Amino acid sequence: MKAKEVPQDDANMMRGKWKDPIYTVDENGKYTTSYSLGWEVKNAVMQQAWDNIREKLEEIRKKVLAGELSPIAYYMEKNIMDVSLLAKYMELWKWTVKKHLKPKHFNRLSQETLEKYADIFNITTDELKDLEKIKNEKLPE
Amino acid sequence: MNVKIDFEHRQFAHCENGVVSNLLRYYGIELSEPMIFGIGSGLFFSHMPFLKVDGIPVTSFRPLPGVIFSRISKRLGVDFEKRRYRNSPSKAMSDLDKNLEKGIPTGMLVGVYHLSYFPEPYRFHFNAHNIVVYGKEGDSYLISDPIMENHSELTSKELKRVRYAKGTFAPKGHMYWVKKIPEKIDIPGAVVKGIKHTCKDMLTIPVPLFGAKGIRYMAGKVRHYPDKLTPKKAALFTGQIVRAQEEIGTGGAGFRFMYAAFLQEAAGVLKKDELNKRSSEMTTIGDMWREFAIVTGRIVKNRNKVDESYDHAANLLLKIYEEERDFYKRLRDTID
Repeated sequence: MKAKEVPQDDANMMRGKWKDPIYTVDENGKYTTSYSLGWEVKNAVMQQAWDNIREKLEEIRKKVLAGELSPIAYYMEKNIMDVSLLAKYMELWKWTVKKHLKPKHFNRLSQETLEKYADIFNITTDELKDLEKIKNEKLPE
Repeated sequence: MNVKIDFEHRQFAHCENGVVSNLLRYYGIELSEPMIFGIGSGLFFSHMPFLKVDGIPVTSFRPLPGVIFSRISKRLGVDFEKRRYRNSPSKAMSDLDKNLEKGIPTGMLVGVYHLSYFPEPYRFHFNAHNIVVYGKEGDSYLISDPIMENHSELTSKELKRVRYAKGTFAPKGHMYWVKKIPEKIDIPGAVVKGIKHTCKDMLTIPVPLFGAKGIRYMAGKVRHYPDKLTPKKAALFTGQIVRAQEEIGTGGAGFRFMYAAFLQEAAGVLKKDELNKRSSEMTTIGDMWREFAIVTGRIVKNRNKVDESYDHAANLLLKIYEEERDFYKRLRDTID
């Protein structure tokens, strides 16, 4: 790619933290580093991945509000985790975490366990139990 | 504790190259990112449909994390001290502090998801990210993250958290630092070894998923995505290939442009003009990968219906396969 062809399609993906270094060729055929604010194509595939995550999260939210799943299911999905990864963070068996995804078991969890979950999700235990919060939360874009 | 090592932070495309380059420069060895990448044989290709992340097949334009690092260390003769603290996070942190007090800039592996200074759209559970810690002021660690334009900071709680991220490639507190720099470094010899290894990896692995053959294999998969998957999933699978190719740290076109830059630099180091020709051929291959990305972009935008773009994308990949296969053969002959 030529230096002057480097796309600058800024979709604020990097939040101003960096510009992508791209190795490009200048007029004399010499390699130089150019900096890109973004590329339409790259923005589209990143957006696609986040849309996919958001759609899954929206489905889980409905189930949590309908009382079919516990808030842990929502925050697990929100943190792009699956049962296996969450179990590793919790240092629990997978089947134990799976049990906690059911409201019936969730309601019986000890304060200590709730705190551990809340810490992993970077929220407080009160927030973890708050269905209103889940209902009103704006999903990531 | 207040320590600040006089460590120069520079931004790079890829974290592993960047950390190695920044660390070596601190000890007086000046090597560009393409040189680190080429000597460390960082160019690769694999497509593994059975290995899935979030239900999507894994495509990679690089070898496993840590490979560039260990090859560089071997080929330049630089000794690194490596430590892993499986079950003792507090020791992992106190040993880091001891290093800083001794004035040793220390590299480490971290998970990206909880990196507070990282922009949200890039925060996935990827655990093989490299950073250098070069100081501590109060409870804040001074971080040189090669992806970032400027230096960064993390509290000790945040740093501990990312050093103990869980999942694939869990870092387990791994850290490393330069122990010994050899008196003489044979750069031309290292360059030749690096190139030969890349040609070998891209041409001779007897499994169709790896090297140039992997591209042909993936072309076949992409062609049949629309028959086998829902339109949405087919677009997601194809989009993921382009994410691996362009998203982060590749310097464009899945490292192909970075490799072309390396070959140009190698032409000077080895005094082989023929390598300049190889460099511009590699640039052309990189441009073809970008073309594939553009077709994929169209697929992703029309993701709810299937059109003939999949055939077009697969044909492009087949062409790239043929080009790359012939290229590494020519490169091998150039170096011999």
